[in-house]
Amino acid sequence: MKLPILVFTLAMAGAGVQADGWQDTLAAARGQTVYFNAWGGDERTNAFIVWADQELTKQYGVHVSQVKLTDTAEAVTRVLAEKAAGKLADGSVDLIWINGANFMSMKEQGLLYGPFVEQLPNARYLDLAPGAAAAVDFTIPTGGYEAPWRLAKFVLTYDSARVAERPESMTALLDWAKAHPGRFTHPAVSNFIGATFLKQALVELTPDPAILQSEPSDEVFAQATKPLWDWYDALRPVLWRGGEAFPENESVLQQMLSDGEVDFAMAFDPAAAAAAVEKGLLPGTVRSYGPKVGSIGNISFVAIPFNAAHKEGAMVLANFLLDPATQAHAQDIRVMGSYSVLDSARLDAAQAQAFATLPGSAALPGAGDLGPTLIEPHPAWMLRLADEWARRYTK
Amino acid sequence: MIRRREGFGLRLLVLLTVLFALVLPILAGLAQTAAVAFGYLPAAGQKTFGLAPFRQLLSMPGARSALTSMVVAGCGATALSLAMALAVVAEAHRHRGAALLSRLAAPLLAAPHAAMAIGLAFVVAPSGWIARLCSPWLTGWTLPPDLPFVHDPWGLALMLGLAAKEMPFFLLVILTSLTQFPAERQMAAARSMGYGRAHVWLWVLGPQIYRLIRLPVYVVLVFSLSVVDMSLVLGPSNPPTLPVGVMRWLLSPEIRLLFPGAAGALAITLVAAMVVGLWMMSERIVAAAGRAWVCRGSRGHAEALVQAGFAASGALVFAMAFLSLLSLLIWSFAKQWRFPDALPRVWSFDGWQMSGATWTGPLLTSLALGLLTVILSLVLAIAWLEAEDRALLPRARWAEALIYLPLLVPQISLLYGLQILALRVGISGGIGAVVWVQAIYVFPYMMIALSDPWRALDRRLLQMAALLGAGPWRRLFRVRLPCLLQPIMTAAAIGFSVSAAQYLPTLFLGEGRVATLTTEAVALSSGADRRIAATYGLLQTLLPLMGYGLAFAVPWLMFRNRRALSGATA
Repeated sequence: MKLPILVFTLAMAGAGVQADGWQDTLAAARGQTVYFNAWGGDERTNAFIVWADQELTKQYGVHVSQVKLTDTAEAVTRVLAEKAAGKLADGSVDLIWINGANFMSMKEQGLLYGPFVEQLPNARYLDLAPGAAAAVDFTIPTGGYEAPWRLAKFVLTYDSARVAERPESMTALLDWAKAHPGRFTHPAVSNFIGATFLKQALVELTPDPAILQSEPSDEVFAQATKPLWDWYDALRPVLWRGGEAFPENESVLQQMLSDGEVDFAMAFDPAAAAAAVEKGLLPGTVRSYGPKVGSIGNISFVAIPFNAAHKEGAMVLANFLLDPATQAHAQDIRVMGSYSVLDSARLDAAQAQAFATLPGSAALPGAGDLGPTLIEPHPAWMLRLADEWARRYTK
Repeated sequence: MIRRREGFGLRLLVLLTVLFALVLPILAGLAQTAAVAFGYLPAAGQKTFGLAPFRQLLSMPGARSALTSMVVAGCGATALSLAMALAVVAEAHRHRGAALLSRLAAPLLAAPHAAMAIGLAFVVAPSGWIARLCSPWLTGWTLPPDLPFVHDPWGLALMLGLAAKEMPFFLLVILTSLTQFPAERQMAAARSMGYGRAHVWLWVLGPQIYRLIRLPVYVVLVFSLSVVDMSLVLGPSNPPTLPVGVMRWLLSPEIRLLFPGAAGALAITLVAAMVVGLWMMSERIVAAAGRAWVCRGSRGHAEALVQAGFAASGALVFAMAFLSLLSLLIWSFAKQWRFPDALPRVWSFDGWQMSGATWTGPLLTSLALGLLTVILSLVLAIAWLEAEDRALLPRARWAEALIYLPLLVPQISLLYGLQILALRVGISGGIGAVVWVQAIYVFPYMMIALSDPWRALDRRLLQMAALLGAGPWRRLFRVRLPCLLQPIMTAAAIGFSVSAAQYLPTLFLGEGRVATLTTEAVALSSGADRRIAATYGLLQTLLPLMGYGLAFAVPWLMFRNRRALSGATA
């Protein structure tokens, strides 16, 4: 049990020693290849990871190889299988792009290495105060076991050539839909964005949102969701196709907006529409915004499995992802368009300038277009919402 | 003294290969799926059998609608395709257009189901090409109407998609069957008795054709019932058809969904068996009713009207299918194409260039998979036919059943079981596993394509070679195979197009890691970029078409100076 004491002493010894510790990490990382297990469904993200590999190879001699997942649970299962098989070191997964339920599951089963976030030099740009967005993942405190890397926030996208006045709340959306029957829909609720749309409505409509922060009992769930189902029962008949069919995911919905079949799309990425305009997939008249009352948002994290073969390399990559220059590059709509997770108050003038000079787009939400960030409900709510929705509306 | 027939060893080898590589895996795959369907999965700690998975399946929201839409679309597509194909052939026959018809059907046959579905989804959607061509001057629509043309809850769009693929298939099968009995003379005889053409087709030729094409009809029926890729793109969405739901559960990372998934997979097999059974029964009913009708000797005009109706619908389906493939071509060169523009406003090569870096990989994978599968299946098919031939044996019924078996078992029912088997053997997720599973489906088609020409070869050529002292192998390689080059190339082209179209087998046995044009095209069909999806769909169609082109060109080039071998007269 000497190790914790050592770590404690080092931590007490101050920044100078920490820097030395980081030098050791960098030295150990040199020559390593980090197997970054990340969802592979987004071309821009995949391209960004290739760029990160080039940069890290140049700067630190660390290689990055993306293991493209179709579902993050695959990586979780692999680490669990390795633990079950007694493989306690030299595991095949070095870093996982992770969130919510998967993080909770790995942390509970002791599958994570850490806490490591405070050892990252670039953690100084983060607001890690208890309860801050970068320190909580779907209501669960991260405890330094995962490092933030990109911000996601629920936004609605509409064609300003067709929608005169955008609805600023879910109640206003219902009024708009009633006035324009068949012109609004959401992705199937089995899809993440479809479920997020319901969550957004729930957070807004439920009388006491605080109750969403813990796992619900049957009774609590029934009570808290009553206003949501009342609202949805009124909305459903005026949805596209009378609420009998739904697009499979947000991409299909975006295609429908482009075809003019509906007037709204939605995304969990404020820059999605701007990127689509850039590619010619959406007309230049589309706009994205978060409802004034606020919209659900969360931060995506990276975590290191307990048995990772290249922990030092993984930490170098996690640190690189937090570099203000990297974050500014990622926020560029020509790259990924994902919003920065850094606390802008902690950046110096030059660093802030990098963000200020990013190319803009009319489809990108302006300063006043994104309301406050509403905190995610406990993961159990989303599963229950999806099940209950299917029970009610799939015949 | 009992003398073994010639070629005994070869026959044994072929039989063992077919048994261990095709038949047993299918049965084992089914058994494995069934075990999980009854709740037995030791890896997840479930070691007892029970009916819980079936109860779970029935309690899934929308299970009943999923089953209904599957049966309606599957049966409807088969029956309609068959009726339309018969009517179209009858029409073409009258105008001596059979050759033109088979040439028209070829590209539709080559186009994989996924590509056809992607194109069709765009053509018939309320914001699709047909609506764009008619708007706003005819319809008055400046915005697309809210009409359920695709993903409709009844599965009509899925039915149309299936018909666009199955009708051309039936056309070719029917045209082939017409060469096997004296249809022309029967027509002339019946006509001279005062019966109308449609009447003769329905009551004289139709029943004889049907008797010859029964097996292909069952194959199409089972396929249409259990189709997944087309249903994903065109079928109902809430709930989807049962096969789509089953696929999602079986591929879900949540283990608890495996049980209703396996139960559903087994249910699909049972339902398919029941439907085929009912179909066979209705064959008898229709036949009895038909006989009663014929005995009345009526010479009315109802038949002509019915035939004209089906022929017209068949022509419409043809037109839609070609429009679908054409729309893929246009989309792949479009930059911006919005409702209600009849054609893209801005054109570009982006669809090809942007995705160029990504489509070369899947293209090469599809090509390699196709070539390997075709070579394997071809060797096996030739060995089978040669063994049969050396023994001078006609094909036994059980052997015929063996060949058709993979096509009569719904893919989704055994693939999950096969995947587990492959995992145990340690080949899952590799190219090898995918080649093997594709060969299971490619081999039967190649056998079917090659059997008749093989037997039709003039035996005197072989006898002549034997007289000149050529042994059995020499006769095979120097006489038979060169003489059969054209049908062999055609069989290979058919096999290649079957391989190129495989979606579920590639997905399951490749564990999602073997990306082909087909798996990518289906994935992209639910993406935001129709241009790239169209590019993949087009490549997916061009690859098998090039196969057919080669099948035509190679015999022509090699045997330009031998009329009967160059395919010029065929």
